[in-house]
Amino acid sequence: MNDKAAHTYAEGHAHTILRWSDDSAHDIEETARYPLMTEAIRQILVEKGIISADAVRHLIEQMDARSNVTGGKIVARAWVDPAFKERLLGNAKEAIAELGIPEVDATHLIVVENTETVHNVIVCTLCSCYPRMVLGMPPEWYKSKAYRSRVVREPRAVLKAFGTELADNVTVRVHDSNADMRYLVLPMRPLGTEGWSEDALAQIVTRDCMVGVTVPRVPAKAHAVK
Amino acid sequence: MSPAAVSPRRFAPGDRVTVAYTHPPGHRRIPYYIRGKSGLVERYCGAFPNPEELAYGFDGLPARHLYRVRFQQTEIWPTYDGPAHDTLDLEVYEHWLSPAEEDAS
Repeated sequence: MNDKAAHTYAEGHAHTILRWSDDSAHDIEETARYPLMTEAIRQILVEKGIISADAVRHLIEQMDARSNVTGGKIVARAWVDPAFKERLLGNAKEAIAELGIPEVDATHLIVVENTETVHNVIVCTLCSCYPRMVLGMPPEWYKSKAYRSRVVREPRAVLKAFGTELADNVTVRVHDSNADMRYLVLPMRPLGTEGWSEDALAQIVTRDCMVGVTVPRVPAKAHAVK
Repeated sequence: MSPAAVSPRRFAPGDRVTVAYTHPPGHRRIPYYIRGKSGLVERYCGAFPNPEELAYGFDGLPARHLYRVRFQQTEIWPTYDGPAHDTLDLEVYEHWLSPAEEDAS
């Protein structure tokens, strides 16, 4: 709906808006200016030869190529290697560098661990800060004003809406990525995954598990995953 | 690499601190809901160029110390209906923090 509105707004222009995303229907008039300004600046920079169109395309391609597969590998390693897990929780950048995944800069990443008594969930109330280096682009709901405003003040109700009900003895810990750090949830390894390979484990670590709105589950046909 | 801050750190993990209750205009990284609230320093994150100045094209130097502070949800929201042990962590620049006054008891 909003994409459509933004598109209509821009239709008089021959130029393509490369990136557009906003969840706030009421301020379309305000926010639609910024994509247009961004696009205008991009074109001027290209015309002046300061950047190339291909360089912009390449960066977008690189950003889009990042995905939660990386996060899943990190979590799976932490599940099978307790010493790695300790290093990951202590210094995520150094631990992730051990995995040799190219182009992952985890300099400002903090990994927070779910336990029997602590459940972590990530949000950015100010905008949409997200651990893109390990999860790729954030989902639309993560950027929505509803999620951002509600999960800090009624996290249990929001988690319930995602199908995640937590007992009262579990501490719900909300992390607001409001400044320079980024957060990744290390979920608990589910029962029924004993003896699984690291690759099989990585497959059940979904994006939402690492944001903290749900937990990993063993598929009904678990033997097929092994 | 974090640029070096010029001043020594004022706070350490475990310190009880209060976020300034103030509403200056401009680009701020402190959500309104946490202003005036008190919590415990959870960890020191490093020194970063001040985003309140970066936002206007300045270099943000000297870098500012950044801390993660853990707040009890029931202290943030008087109507919070979850257990008292639920928490919220967020990052606060040193210039927004002061030592919390001892609770009278």
